[in-house]
Amino acid sequence: MASSGSGYDLSSSTFSPDGRIFQVEYAHKAVENAGTALGLRCSDGVVLAVEKPLITKMLVKETTGRRVHTVDEFAGVAITGFVSDGRQIVNRAREEASNYDETYGTKIPPKTLANRLSAYVHYFTLHGALRPFGCSTLIAAYDPATKEHSLHMVEPSGVTYEYYGAAAGRGRQPARTEMEKLAINPKLVAAASSASSGEGGGSGEGELITCAEGVKQLAKIIYTLHDEAKDKPFELEMSWLCEGSGWKHVGVPKGVIAEATAWAKKEIEEAEGEESEEEEDDDEMEE
Amino acid sequence: MMAPTSADSDAYSGKSAETRHLKPGELSTGTTIMAIKFDKGVVLCADSRVSTGAYVANRASDKIAQLHDHIWCCRSGSAADTQALTDYVRHFLAQLAVETGRLPEVKVAAHLMRRLCYENKDNLMAGVIVGGWDPVSGGSVFNIPLGGACIPMPFAIGGSGSTFIYGLVDSEFKENMTKEEALALCTKAVSHAMARDGSSGGVIRTCVATAEGNEREMIPGNKLPYGPAGW
Repeated sequence: MASSGSGYDLSSSTFSPDGRIFQVEYAHKAVENAGTALGLRCSDGVVLAVEKPLITKMLVKETTGRRVHTVDEFAGVAITGFVSDGRQIVNRAREEASNYDETYGTKIPPKTLANRLSAYVHYFTLHGALRPFGCSTLIAAYDPATKEHSLHMVEPSGVTYEYYGAAAGRGRQPARTEMEKLAINPKLVAAASSASSGEGGGSGEGELITCAEGVKQLAKIIYTLHDEAKDKPFELEMSWLCEGSGWKHVGVPKGVIAEATAWAKKEIEEAEGEESEEEEDDDEMEE
Repeated sequence: MMAPTSADSDAYSGKSAETRHLKPGELSTGTTIMAIKFDKGVVLCADSRVSTGAYVANRASDKIAQLHDHIWCCRSGSAADTQALTDYVRHFLAQLAVETGRLPEVKVAAHLMRRLCYENKDNLMAGVIVGGWDPVSGGSVFNIPLGGACIPMPFAIGGSGSTFIYGLVDSEFKENMTKEEALALCTKAVSHAMARDGSSGGVIRTCVATAEGNEREMIPGNKLPYGPAGW
């Protein structure tokens, strides 16, 4: 499927004749094989979710090998891919945030943090002696100066964009399809509501999903994508920064994750039930 | 008029009370500076005398320096030190504005200034008042005295002449003044300081920084609200 590197893939400081840097593409592959990481920008905050495969039953699963990290009071990241590479990025993000505050006396703006990490990751793609990071980083952050929250993702090539919904890892393609169905993009939501209602007035803002809903939806996406037969058992790590948390980046409370997980599993069963048993009664299945 | 040489300044250096803290021949902005936050922004005000001991090196200097589009600072202490500080902060703020793509906050300018003043306190003699307008906090005033503390205040006074007007300003200041009231208080207070402090004098320069922009004025020495000319 992938074209052969044939000698142009030995170093990340070599272009191929068709203008590609194979080492960076291979780094992307490392991320594509790893647990899914999702980020969702909701009306009142940002939610991050990562599927953490439990490599053995003997792991102290709640606290070890974490893939979601707090970087600053109002910023957090989720990593997927080579998690040891990801740890370096997390440490750098913490340094950048703390340095910025020490120098300028104010919290680092989300976009600036994303750009700094992007420059850092990019640096490793043009050095003969270094290899690129095999890790994608989702950044959830809040800017107290503008009072806006945002989601960014940095890829192994160093490219970074701001997203309403972002996905990386194994299940990113179906995850993106599912996320597009959610009401997270204000322009699409406004267009849809004015098209369906036919009225000119009213902002679409009230119809964007909140973090509480976002947590459930992300849980559902992760559970939908997870193949019980093929993939290892996993733990769902989630964090958010939202109005409810005072915009601080914190882990989603265990109870909320448990509820979301239960809801997600039920939704998935119902969907499967409807597909396979059309003539059965499902009137006892309630929302 | 020739600038004082080191031979001339033997009479000044190390001996007189006014110049003990300066290097030989060094210029001091023994000064009166002031800034007041009002409803729409900040008024900054300063005298214009630059002295070396008893010699007035410049009688019409501009002690209000621009750090960014809507951020200014008043300088007091060693002229060389404050000019260097102003240049550094201006440079860092410009870089920051380009990196973040937006107007820097006044508190960031003040923080940069105070970091420099604090980290180099052994080698500097600079008392600075940073004031301006930004979209996040509106008007803000920060007093950064010798040593590098940074204190946000509704109004600030500084320089050698400020000691004479603490009582006046304390009694006449009120919160949320209009621009005209703030200007009137500034010019009145600085005039009084100029009348009593030998190191302050010349003209009064003002700067009003608001969202719309900056207005700079100069009041010549014979038109001061209070002064030896008697009006």
